[in-house]
Amino acid sequence: MPPGIPLFPDGASTMAPRVDALYLFLVALSAFFSIIIFTAVIVFAVRFRRRSEGERPPAILGSLALELVWTLVPLGIVAVIFVWSTELFFSMHRVPPEAMEVYVVGKRWMWKAQHLTGQREINELHVPVGVPVRLLLTSEDVIHSFFVPAFRVKKDALPGRYSILWFEATRPGKYHLFCAEYCGTKHSAMIGTVTVMEPAAFQAWLSGGAAGQSLASAGEKLFQDLGCATCHRPDTLARGPNLEGLFGNPVRLADGGAITADESYIRESIVTPSAKVVAGFQPIMPTYQGLVAEEGLMQLVAYVRSLQRPAVAGGPPTGTSVQGAPAGPGASPGPAPPGQERP
Amino acid sequence: MSDVNTAIDAARLRRARLNYLNVSYGVKSWLLTIDHKRIALLYLASVSIMFAVGGAFAVAIRLELVTPPGDLVQSETYNKLFTMHGVVMVFFFLIPAIPAVLGNFLIPLMIGARDLAFPRINLLSWYLYILGSAFGVYSIVNGGVDTGWTFYVPYSTLYSNSNVVTTGIAAFIIRFSSILTGLNFIVTIHKMRAPGLTWFRLPLFVWAHYATSIIMVLGTPVIAVTLLSVIVERTLHLGLFDPALGGDPVLFQHLFWFYSHPAVYIMILPAMGVISELVTAMARKRIFGYGVVAMSSMGIAIVGFLVWGHHMFVSGQSTYAGMIFSALSFIVAIPSAIKVFNWTATLYKGSVSMQTPMLYAMGFIGLFTIGGLTGLFLAAMGLDVHVHDTYFVVAHFHYIMVGGTIMGYLGGLHFWWPKMTGRMYPEWWARVAAAVVFIGFNLTFFPQFVLGYLGMPRRYHAYVDEFQVLNVMSSAGASILGFGYLLPAIYLIWSMRYGPVAVANPWGAKGLEWQTPSPPPPENFPVQPVVVEEAYDYAPEKGVVVV
Amino acid sequence: MSDVTRGGTAGPVHVPVRGKAHGHDHPALVHHFADLDQQREASSLGMWLFIAQEIMFFGGLFLLYAVYRNLYPHAFAEASSHLDWKLGALNTVVLIGSSLTMALGVHAAALGHRKAIAWWLIATIVLGAVFLGVKVVEYGEKFEHHLVPGPHFHYEGPDARPAQIFFSLYFSMTGLHALHMIVGIPILACMAWMGWRGRFGPEYHTPVELTGLYWHFVDIIWIFLFPLLYLLGAHQPHM
Repeated sequence: MPPGIPLFPDGASTMAPRVDALYLFLVALSAFFSIIIFTAVIVFAVRFRRRSEGERPPAILGSLALELVWTLVPLGIVAVIFVWSTELFFSMHRVPPEAMEVYVVGKRWMWKAQHLTGQREINELHVPVGVPVRLLLTSEDVIHSFFVPAFRVKKDALPGRYSILWFEATRPGKYHLFCAEYCGTKHSAMIGTVTVMEPAAFQAWLSGGAAGQSLASAGEKLFQDLGCATCHRPDTLARGPNLEGLFGNPVRLADGGAITADESYIRESIVTPSAKVVAGFQPIMPTYQGLVAEEGLMQLVAYVRSLQRPAVAGGPPTGTSVQGAPAGPGASPGPAPPGQERP
Repeated sequence: MSDVNTAIDAARLRRARLNYLNVSYGVKSWLLTIDHKRIALLYLASVSIMFAVGGAFAVAIRLELVTPPGDLVQSETYNKLFTMHGVVMVFFFLIPAIPAVLGNFLIPLMIGARDLAFPRINLLSWYLYILGSAFGVYSIVNGGVDTGWTFYVPYSTLYSNSNVVTTGIAAFIIRFSSILTGLNFIVTIHKMRAPGLTWFRLPLFVWAHYATSIIMVLGTPVIAVTLLSVIVERTLHLGLFDPALGGDPVLFQHLFWFYSHPAVYIMILPAMGVISELVTAMARKRIFGYGVVAMSSMGIAIVGFLVWGHHMFVSGQSTYAGMIFSALSFIVAIPSAIKVFNWTATLYKGSVSMQTPMLYAMGFIGLFTIGGLTGLFLAAMGLDVHVHDTYFVVAHFHYIMVGGTIMGYLGGLHFWWPKMTGRMYPEWWARVAAAVVFIGFNLTFFPQFVLGYLGMPRRYHAYVDEFQVLNVMSSAGASILGFGYLLPAIYLIWSMRYGPVAVANPWGAKGLEWQTPSPPPPENFPVQPVVVEEAYDYAPEKGVVVV
Repeated sequence: MSDVTRGGTAGPVHVPVRGKAHGHDHPALVHHFADLDQQREASSLGMWLFIAQEIMFFGGLFLLYAVYRNLYPHAFAEASSHLDWKLGALNTVVLIGSSLTMALGVHAAALGHRKAIAWWLIATIVLGAVFLGVKVVEYGEKFEHHLVPGPHFHYEGPDARPAQIFFSLYFSMTGLHALHMIVGIPILACMAWMGWRGRFGPEYHTPVELTGLYWHFVDIIWIFLFPLLYLLGAHQPHM
């Protein structure tokens, strides 16, 4: 490898070797077929070059056998590639249930990350090595895309929606973070660093510095301040559905359908309440569009996620927040996320 | 005495033979012409100018990218440069070039007709192109547009402060130029073939344009209405994609790519038609697998409508939909591969001449093969996640558009130059230019594959230091490529006046267009031709061999 | 000049016989066509292709409608009830009537009845103008009630945001449709004029036929627009 010319990126996640394997297979395949075609064209052009004006080549119309061969063989090869790459893609969408959560908001022109413990970062993301990390992405304005080449992952961050990206880092170090969807003037400046740390170092980082309150407690405060608690309560004065134990469970809707309550559902219910009305309730909830910023919405989502059904009937809701990364492998945090994106 | 005078007069008349170029003079005779051949030359002039404009933007881009920081121009300017490079090259050059220049000129000749079905609509198409270009140039001069040629919302509707509306109008107008051209071609091919010219005796150039025209007619309106929606959202605040209202910006992507993917087949199919003609003529041999090649054009056109979602694998589109798009994207690659194999097989036991058209054809086959194979990388979802929106994609589509379409365009221009102008181009210079283009092209775009996998995103004004060496290589290649394009511009224009006079059939090729003088008379054929032989029937005496 | 009748392995030359009786010297025959039959077939195919692309053109908007209605069915139904379905129904009848007069105009052209052509086409124009007039009234109402999307949009209820999408679609789709009618009316006027001057007859009435195709297409688009936009809120109380 000539000095100074990088030819292949670092791989630092569990996905990277798998993506690289597919890539190298395709490179080999392409080189193979290219060489065959180039050679054939050049050899034929030289060997059968025109030697006299009057020469008349034979009229070879075609060959069904050859056509079938060079249709079916490529078809077979692409079928293999298809199955391989689709399986890889689906793995990229199957979020491990024990994944650590980070909420990320893209805005022109920076990435704002919030750990559940309350740690906030701008254009930086600190994660532990060897632990799956799940990012909940959204945008405050235009479409952005969260891209970490070393992890071989990328996902668009959309305004008005949540998208999910997950990875598991395998090597400590600092890796580039790029915005990969053109978003205006400083698109190429919307870059940062993902810092992968040993678990102990990560815990130290998490507890050091001004953490402030956890995401869920910030959400709880918003829940009170915005008056949500007026209607969403577990007692008979409730005019809205009780949110305890909502997350991850099915919800019956007024139009007869059902949906599993995930982050997107919670966000939509705050912003466009009339889109999915819960069975047995009136569509009277006002919209909070414009009244809560994306980060506030994420805090509310984190809060609602943390609401579990009380162990004793009639008791107050327990607002346990979901902790950040476990101290070491084996410890599991709070309620499990649904894991997959809505297809 | 009178006999001698008559003989001299007759000789003079023979020499001063009327052709479409000298039948009338004056600006009005050109601007109000309904002769498809003159309209083709009007297009040649206009698309060449737009190519130069788009090329100028490319030069500026590659100059900026020589160094990692954004130090040549400001970010806003750079964003406008790459947007306008894309808009001008895609809408004002690649989509019209081969159909409007070569297709317009050749299709009536190739099928033995006097003109296209609707000559006045043909002229209208050109005027729509000019009107659209005028809006485009106005947008550029008025400060440009910075949304990317893809106009993604909500950036283009709610955030961009640039000339989105005028550029949208330019693209909207020029879409109708495209639609009318396609409509004209379809009707012409259906209704105006010479007696005896059955569908499966048509030149493959005609098949390719037929398939292209179907896409033009059915696909283009969708981008027209989508751009209209963007214009309307910006001007009248009819928020169809506004997330604050509950609108879905990804819907825009679906609508945009529903046309823009088939659009890339509009750009490549005509070039493939040219290559079919070049290969068979330069090898003086029937095309291997004629029926298969013809049908593969149709197959690409049809399946090409079903794959648009492969631009959106990471957009939040459903994974199951993505799977279907991925599968279909792999399938659409197969007919293209089949063509490459058939062209190669045509050379086998041929009588291959290495004149310039053949050099371009060979260059096309090589570069299109690489471009097409790298398409497989992008159709593979798991891999596309990494390379989407990086320079890998940029390299892929430049291999197809520049290594493919532009090589096909130049090859076809050289091949039919004697027919169109009555003059031959200088062969030596043309071969040099072809070689320079090939080398410059590869040096420009191959490093970009590497850059893309390394992770350099597209549309980046400034980049991280480790990407510099490859960018410098790419920019160096671009200067060579630019020089390679300058050469034909110079010698082709030169040849129109000083090139050797061409005979009717300088290549000894088959095809009705070669059975009429160079340049052709205004009515194309003095006598209606009747077709009695198969396409590319180079060796009728020896009988047919089916392997 | 040599033509391409090379002796060869192909069979006898087949020259399709085009009806010699059909207007070889008809003044409407354009130079590059062999005869009027070919010209008519080509023009007809051209118009059908044009209509195909128009379908795709409107199709984009219909797709947007379908997606958003699926996402916000309640909001769309409620917003739809703000449209006056009676005016919409009137317009539907008017437009179907204009298609009837158009068809009768084409028939008259085929028979070469000068006066009938002109009157039927003028009737079509009048009905088209009535349609557009009703639309102007409707649009005016929307302005008054602040239902035009944009900074002055005002809508009561929790569904205001998706309702604005509904109205954006309403204006886009009916606006585009109205534009097509506005383009059609001068064409009809030209046809009426040419018909009055006796240019059409059994041999040649292609322009009227093609205009008829276009007008019927515009009518059909409205027949889809009316229920999709106006009749969604049928079960809602009119506000």
